[in-house]
Amino acid sequence: MDAPMTAYHGPLPVPDSESTPFWEGLKARRLVIQRCAATGEHLFPPVTFCPGSLERPEWVEVSGKGRVFSWIVVRHPVPRDIYADQVPYVVALVTLDEGCRMTANIVDCAPEDVAADMPVEIAFRPITPEITLPAFRPIGG
Amino acid sequence: MFKLRDKYAIVGIGNTDYTKASGRTVRSLATEACLKAIADAGLKVADVDGIVSFNFNDSAPAIGVATEMGIENAGYAVDYAAGGNGANLITLAACAAIEAGLAETVVCFRAMNGRSGFRLGGGRDMSAYGVTQYTAPLGWITYPQAMAMWARRHMIDYGTSAEHWAEIATTFRDNATRNPRAMQRAPMSKDDYFNSRAIVDPFRMYDICLESDGACAVVITSAERARDLPHKPVYIMGGAYGGGPTQGDDLFDAIRWPSHSHNCFKYLADDLWGSAGIGPQDVDVAQIYDCFTYSVLMALEGLGFCKAGEGGPFVMDGRIQKDGALPLNTAGGLLSEAYIHGFNHVLEAVEQLRGDAGARQIEGAEICLTTAGAMTCGSAMILRN
Repeated sequence: MDAPMTAYHGPLPVPDSESTPFWEGLKARRLVIQRCAATGEHLFPPVTFCPGSLERPEWVEVSGKGRVFSWIVVRHPVPRDIYADQVPYVVALVTLDEGCRMTANIVDCAPEDVAADMPVEIAFRPITPEITLPAFRPIGG
Repeated sequence: MFKLRDKYAIVGIGNTDYTKASGRTVRSLATEACLKAIADAGLKVADVDGIVSFNFNDSAPAIGVATEMGIENAGYAVDYAAGGNGANLITLAACAAIEAGLAETVVCFRAMNGRSGFRLGGGRDMSAYGVTQYTAPLGWITYPQAMAMWARRHMIDYGTSAEHWAEIATTFRDNATRNPRAMQRAPMSKDDYFNSRAIVDPFRMYDICLESDGACAVVITSAERARDLPHKPVYIMGGAYGGGPTQGDDLFDAIRWPSHSHNCFKYLADDLWGSAGIGPQDVDVAQIYDCFTYSVLMALEGLGFCKAGEGGPFVMDGRIQKDGALPLNTAGGLLSEAYIHGFNHVLEAVEQLRGDAGARQIEGAEICLTTAGAMTCGSAMILRN
């Protein structure tokens, strides 16, 4: 089920030659990130060369499951005209089960209920016909 | 490692007023601060042949300031694209330029209309390119929002709490009450701190630095020349710049950083102390980059004043107050004096080591640490008199 969709006025991602598979994956409701075949490590944000091997990573679909590494609760909206009716909202760094970290909003969870190492799973937040943002929700929440 | 121990000295300092609305161009602020620093050094513009600054596309180019001052032949005129990490980098770069023979006497400045012009803590371009495409669309846009993510991880790992940050905020405000330059001089109680507005959990308003219009400048020349100038020279004992292997695309890109409960200073510490030939126990007073209360803890831990995770307890019980064992940010810091992107810390360090700090003076101060930067990249200096 999609995360709740509200009219989106925030910054729009501009996909580039390194990030297009990530955004195409989200649009197709799949979490697709990079993995280096040489080191076995998953990588985020996308790069052209894996820093560990200097090889070119491949794109793989991952489980979409992870744990909250850190998070913030935005209460003062900046810019106000965009976020005044969104606060409070949660932004988190999530450590994916595959090992790397990514950024996303936490949805379907009251800000005060977010906890360190809380298990979460991917949710999809379409904001335009082309762009779907990643979000995470508590597993079983 | 920086290999120019005691070979170069800060011989002049200058600053504008620190305000919320200067009503002036950034270039004129820069020029005023530079001219004051040159005069303070007992020099003339004709004696200066190098100029270096750092900015975020929010300042005047060094060569423009050189032009306004009428510097005839700036052999070294350079702008570093840097955030708060640049505030001690430019002084080290000035030493390197002189050592290389590119200049003999260099003025270093940072100038900004940080409140009335481009606000570093404010919004960003609404098209999210590069690494920003993974952050800004989530509503993760401002520096307070960025650093709050780090602070939370320190709380998770070590049990750090707002009690520790309250001690930092109120201590620095108390220092600012003795500083006529400070933008915020009204006393702040712990209650004031805890009652300040929630901005982005875990940060309250008083965890976050000021926004300021203003400029600071220093003049650097050789130790030999410094000894013929009016003020007691302040020698650059050591310095370091950097921050480890995963600094990312910019200071905001901390997705890949190993753990947000430490910052660049963990990686700088050995070079910094090694270059100066001293250790943390030798520091009399320190000016720590305090864009946020939390960043002070990471610098103290990273540089070895205490162990990782012990920064919170370390700052308690008066240790960092004016009469404590390790007085910090004696002018009030970026939290209460002004936010000239950390360069105002260098001026306070010089005044302390000259013995010119008035009511703020730490008696017998001989060695002062300055740091710059808070996240994945930073710089630091050890100064002595």
